[in-house]
Amino acid sequence: MVDVIENTLEMEEDTQTGRFLTFSLGRESYGIEIRYVTEIIGIQAITEIPELPEYVKGIINLRGKIIPVMDVRLRFKKEPREYNDRTCVIVVDIKDISIGLIVDSVSEVLTIPEQGIVEPPKMNKGFNNRYIKNIGKVGNDVKLLLDCEKLLTDDELENLSEVQ
Amino acid sequence: MSNQFVNEPMLDLFIFESEQLIEQMEILIISNERSGSYASDAINEIFRIMHTIKGSSAMMLFNTISTLAHSMEDLFFILREDKPQNVDYTDLSDLVLEGLDFIKVEIHKIRNGDEADGNASELINRLRVFQASIKGQASRPEDSNIVDQVVAHENRSSGKQQYYINKVSVETASFKNTFQATLRFEQDCGMENLRAFGVVNDLEGFVEDYYHIPEDLDHEDSARVIGEQGFTLFLKTDRTWEEIHRVLIRTIYLKDLQLNQVQDNELLNNQHIERKISLEDSGVLVSDSSNRDSVAKDPEEKEIYSAVTQQSIINVSVAKLDQLMDLVGEMVIAEAMVIQNPDLNGLELNNFQKAARQLHKITSEMQDMVMAIRMVPLSATFQKMHRIVRDMGKKLGKEVRLEIIGEETEVDKNIIEHISDPLMHLVRNALDHGIEPSEDRQAKGKPQGGTITLEAKNAGSDVLVIIKDDGKGLNKGAILKKARENGLLYKSESDMTDKEIFNLIFLPGFSTKASVSEFSGRGVGMDVVTKNIETVGGTVSIESVLGKGTVFTLKIPLTLAIIDGMNIKVGNSHYTIPIISIMESFKPTENDMITDPDGNEMMMVRGQCYPILRLHELYKIKTTITNLAEGIIIMVEQDNKALCVFADELLGQQQVVVKTLPEYIRRFKKIRGLTGCTLLGDGSISLILETAGLINF
Repeated sequence: MVDVIENTLEMEEDTQTGRFLTFSLGRESYGIEIRYVTEIIGIQAITEIPELPEYVKGIINLRGKIIPVMDVRLRFKKEPREYNDRTCVIVVDIKDISIGLIVDSVSEVLTIPEQGIVEPPKMNKGFNNRYIKNIGKVGNDVKLLLDCEKLLTDDELENLSEVQ
Repeated sequence: MSNQFVNEPMLDLFIFESEQLIEQMEILIISNERSGSYASDAINEIFRIMHTIKGSSAMMLFNTISTLAHSMEDLFFILREDKPQNVDYTDLSDLVLEGLDFIKVEIHKIRNGDEADGNASELINRLRVFQASIKGQASRPEDSNIVDQVVAHENRSSGKQQYYINKVSVETASFKNTFQATLRFEQDCGMENLRAFGVVNDLEGFVEDYYHIPEDLDHEDSARVIGEQGFTLFLKTDRTWEEIHRVLIRTIYLKDLQLNQVQDNELLNNQHIERKISLEDSGVLVSDSSNRDSVAKDPEEKEIYSAVTQQSIINVSVAKLDQLMDLVGEMVIAEAMVIQNPDLNGLELNNFQKAARQLHKITSEMQDMVMAIRMVPLSATFQKMHRIVRDMGKKLGKEVRLEIIGEETEVDKNIIEHISDPLMHLVRNALDHGIEPSEDRQAKGKPQGGTITLEAKNAGSDVLVIIKDDGKGLNKGAILKKARENGLLYKSESDMTDKEIFNLIFLPGFSTKASVSEFSGRGVGMDVVTKNIETVGGTVSIESVLGKGTVFTLKIPLTLAIIDGMNIKVGNSHYTIPIISIMESFKPTENDMITDPDGNEMMMVRGQCYPILRLHELYKIKTTITNLAEGIIIMVEQDNKALCVFADELLGQQQVVVKTLPEYIRRFKKIRGLTGCTLLGDGSISLILETAGLINF
């Protein structure tokens, strides 16, 4: 009985590993591990919260649950862009924290085999690299695979001082 | 077998029950210690509590706890039976309280899933020594007898791995009396099988032969069977009815006990037949009661009635209550969504309105009920202070009495958790800094013993908790000096009111006591008190008269979860202000406005001058309404300070369910003036403003 449950768990795990939801920000294509993603919704009315860093746009009401939303463009210090009907919110659940990621558009779910994933080049001056865990190769395309946990936690101290 | 026993619900119950018993016992000990000796009722009660803890912990295989409880039980056994004179009750209390603390720590470990690995042998030894010392003073002939019994006890405890003894010996000749006892436990006491096992264990010393129904007390089902049919015990003994009765009646959670002497010596041998009959009997009883019509027999009706009253209290986990509360909150929002649905605009719907009002009535009643369920009296929190006063008074050599008033006042469960620490801190401070040593008190012509009064009372939608001492009061000069030294003064000393001076002690890094003592004086305490109280939306205020004493008043809201709010609009954003703090709202005219040279805006209202806070400027919201005459002023007040908040327009009053901001947001920083958020009828989010935060900007 226990074995059976373990097997199903393993299988579930199996179907999720190596699968990435890809989305685009401008010309780049990013990938996020599918196990973090809970749902994808269109852009919603966002309630702004004062005194927060620019990239935290505010909070939204997701069927009675209040979750914060982050503009990934602004998080990566890219130019802001008007939201349109292609704009999506990817709701992710990272370490028990639900958060919505605002992206230009969502593309597809891809399976990237392990041999197709390489480490990002190590560069000292690279400022975006810290959010990129790996780089996935799919055919001729390159997907930047995000490190979700860093997205939430990294350089928060810096933000705090920015705000104050 | 042993592992089967430690299953989760049983463990929970064990922890819950033991904690309750320990708390009960602590109160008993402290109240008795004050009167100088232990009342026989109290001794019996303590004996029983220790006995229960011993039994249940042995059952759960927590041997250290059970051995410790066992030695305490022995001690009280001697106190009860021998009534020795010249017992040093203070030492006794110290010893027993220490024992209780040990058990508390162990239970805490168990709750956290750690191994209960404390070593109680030193304590047990001290208990033994104490026991021997009081036994030495007792010069009664039964002494040897008791020692024997104690030894017998110990022998038994060494064999406690054995859970039940299914000893059906056929040797019946030498025993005179055969009894049939039927025990029924209170409906919701739980662990019936364990309790029954305790009963059997109790009787073991006196009884030569016994048999019980249900037979197998290990089985989970047996708890249910006992709950439904009672626990039936057949026993043969040479003791009298009274002796057996005395042992059985001691069982806790006992609802009723029937003890009959049975003449038939064959009974024990014919147990199985008996058993069948008794099962049939109860079957009849059940069907009887289900067919019960208006002419039901009296005794039966009584039985059922008592069952109903027994059921009137149940224990519910707080998590479930929180869930229920969330659901009711969602329902309130959903109700608003239906009734304020934009599709209904401009329609004449008489019947709908009627039904909507009915729905509203029911939901608000339901809300009140859910809130009422979560209300817990402050008594447990207050009672804990007895212990602190006692321990500290002893260590500091001060004679202090704790008086408690209004402990039945009820507060939301969540709030209680937040005020327990500050309360403890204030009581400690009062003892350490407030109350003077006895000599000083006498010199001042005060009664030798100090008094600390803890009082709770309702005041509108708030609860006031007052901590009063008759000590030396706060010394303004000393406070000012200290504040000066630490650079905490924010305005000139001569301008400060008494209240402002007293409030200095709440600043971080302030401590008037020159030396740091074990209990207080690190200067971290008072600002923690205010912080804790502020997180539940309360306030702290001080009054003090030099030489007479100090009064701390904690003002805390009854509940946090649902508030009456006024929704306002600024630009595209919605905000909610708690109705309680709103004094009035009005359309301002240009003439009322004053601007000082620094650009601060003020407003004259009926001869009084109030500052104006523009929300759109504060939170940098884009809005077209920046002219005061176009918007609306909402005057809010807290702690006798008032402020005029400027917003675009009022949207209306609504009961809102307070939700905290998402953790991700809270991690950044605490946003000034915001306590949380709520969902409005149309599904949009409104941010809840915190009056105190706005005023103290």
